[in-house]
Amino acid sequence: MLEIKNLHVSIEEKKIIKGLNLSINKGEVHALMGPNGSGKSTLSYVLSGKDKYEIDDGTIEYNEKNLLELDVDERANEGLFLAFQYPMEIPGVQTSFFLKTAINSKRKYLGHSEMDALEFAKLMKSKAEELNINTEMLKRDLNVNYSGGEKKKQEILQMSMLSPKMAILDETDSGLDIDALRIVSEGVNKLRSKENSFLVITHYQRLLNYIKPDFVHIIADGRIVKSGDYSLALELEEKGYEEISKSA
Amino acid sequence: MAATEQTIKQVNTLGDTDYKYGFSTELDEIRPPKGLNEDIIKFISAQKDEPEWMLDWRLNAFKIFNKLPKPEWAKLNIPEIDYQDCYYYSIPKSLKDKPKSLDEIDPEIIKTYEKLGIPLKEQKMLSGIAVDAVFDSVSVATTYKKQLSDLGIVFCSISEAVKTHPDLVKKYLGSVIPVSDHSFAALNSAVFTDGSFIYIPEGVRCPVELSTYFRINAMNTGQFERTLIIADKDSYVSYLEGCTAPMRDENQLHAANVELVALDNAEIKYSTVQNWYPGDKEGKGGIYNFVTKRGACRGKNSKISWTQVETGSAITWKYPSCILQGDNSKGEFYSVAITNNMQQADTGTKMIHIGKNTSSKIISKGISAGKANNTYRGLVNILSKAKNARNFTQCDSLLIGNKCGAHTVPYIESSNSDSMVEHEATTSKINEDQLFYCQQRGLNSEDAVGLIVNGFCKEVLQHLPMEFAVEAQKLVAISLEGSVG
Repeated sequence: MLEIKNLHVSIEEKKIIKGLNLSINKGEVHALMGPNGSGKSTLSYVLSGKDKYEIDDGTIEYNEKNLLELDVDERANEGLFLAFQYPMEIPGVQTSFFLKTAINSKRKYLGHSEMDALEFAKLMKSKAEELNINTEMLKRDLNVNYSGGEKKKQEILQMSMLSPKMAILDETDSGLDIDALRIVSEGVNKLRSKENSFLVITHYQRLLNYIKPDFVHIIADGRIVKSGDYSLALELEEKGYEEISKSA
Repeated sequence: MAATEQTIKQVNTLGDTDYKYGFSTELDEIRPPKGLNEDIIKFISAQKDEPEWMLDWRLNAFKIFNKLPKPEWAKLNIPEIDYQDCYYYSIPKSLKDKPKSLDEIDPEIIKTYEKLGIPLKEQKMLSGIAVDAVFDSVSVATTYKKQLSDLGIVFCSISEAVKTHPDLVKKYLGSVIPVSDHSFAALNSAVFTDGSFIYIPEGVRCPVELSTYFRINAMNTGQFERTLIIADKDSYVSYLEGCTAPMRDENQLHAANVELVALDNAEIKYSTVQNWYPGDKEGKGGIYNFVTKRGACRGKNSKISWTQVETGSAITWKYPSCILQGDNSKGEFYSVAITNNMQQADTGTKMIHIGKNTSSKIISKGISAGKANNTYRGLVNILSKAKNARNFTQCDSLLIGNKCGAHTVPYIESSNSDSMVEHEATTSKINEDQLFYCQQRGLNSEDAVGLIVNGFCKEVLQHLPMEFAVEAQKLVAISLEGSVG
């Protein structure tokens, strides 16, 4: 699904990622953990194609395609989804209209006809219910005056409606209370299947109690310093980043 | 490449061919020689078979025009206009003897309107909208006439009204915009060619949208539209105008005067979607749009609401205004003005509060891209008798790229201590993170810009009649695709 080899990335001459390797197969859930400034969010932006990041070396293969050659919207329409740490507000654009536009952009890209209004309304209603989202909220402007928790739930709603092949969750747990964390995690777990993969970026082991990863990687100073299974997250919780990085 | 850079690049690649109304129609025309003088005015009047009082009114206006200087207040770079190097009248030959039915209209003209999406033939008429189609200097056809006249509603060309309803025309023409107001108003009064006339009788709520579609076709020809709408007591009317012109290298002049009169408890809703040819990206060609629009809320509890979407023209100079004379009367102005490439717009409104408890609301959204300049200029004037007058003004500007400009020039004059005036203004640049967010959800960059800009304009677009709101949204996206939006 995703194969990152020897990735080097800099921003404004500053090296952020320094030789990162990561391979994610279909159906796998990988957790990426690391301290602030280790390059976690940079990786999520590089994968989704944000500007300003200079790829100095390395390759990224996604579904047998060279990911770095695709535009932001092409990557999205090829099934790569980023749940934002800070979802953007778009005043004047109704959330439901935005969802519909996103779904139809993808369908258009894949050569399918647009989803009709009724089918869309049904889909939105059922997905919103799964996530405990009041559909009244979807009539409001996208993310405008949403609480932190509402914004994150809304990201997961978008994810479940677009059903991506590869979803990246960038610190989705930050700013969530326990109830919201549980709902969001359940939303993610419902999407898990043999067909799609997840990269869950987080600071804390807490989220991984709810979303059980197949693999855990620890990133420090732009490289993955240690990989393991779920027990690595528990070890990390106990010892802290510094000690784990040292022992690596 | 940075998102805005990409957007700017798209704007720059916007070829001249992206103006989809840029075609012209080959027709034989009746045109007097170029130039502006009394003989031309007499020629126009004679062509229209006008009564003497109308000709005298025009000649008087021409005398005034000669004495008035060009208005200079706007932040516009208007090249010297050679009034002698322009045709003031042009009609397709086939329309000389006014066709009695659509079957007699030159099929080329019918086809032109069909290409513009304005079918005139009965079986294809737009449902719920009566259309008056003006081609260069003459009204081609008015649909739904019979149905409207059964209600006592008069909807015809102004040329026709001069003959059929001279008393109404004499009473109201020039009563809202005095001939001597400024030089463009005087010029229009001297040489106006056609436009719509609407009279809604007392107690009648007009059941359909009334609409005029202006088309400039002939080369080097000015279009001098004159529209007069009178809503008698307790009546209601919603009116919409649309405008397009072929792409031509030279500039063409459109100087319109629009007067609205609302009597007691009457309401007029006036919407404009202006998409005149804006010129190419170097600023060559395009329409000079010098428009005077003014409504008088003469009666108590009357209301006039202007909604405009201005996307076209090389230069837009336009301030739809309300004179709030009647007690409790209301004026509203909702505006979206988009400028791209070398376009210039100086637009806004005037709200003159005279009566007691009068209120006004101004929502202006200006969007600039390319090297364009966009100015909001507005006056809120509260006179001493306007006890308890209220105004709320909100001006938002959105910039796309770093070579364009947005300017807000509000004037507030209050001579009354009971009044309350609020003004809010914001200026922002289109946000790259918003664009990235939309693109990450699969929207291409043009669709993303269109979505964000439409969101920015939503407060205004939602005031358009439903049928046109969708068109306007597309137009906003196209002119930004083409102009960033």
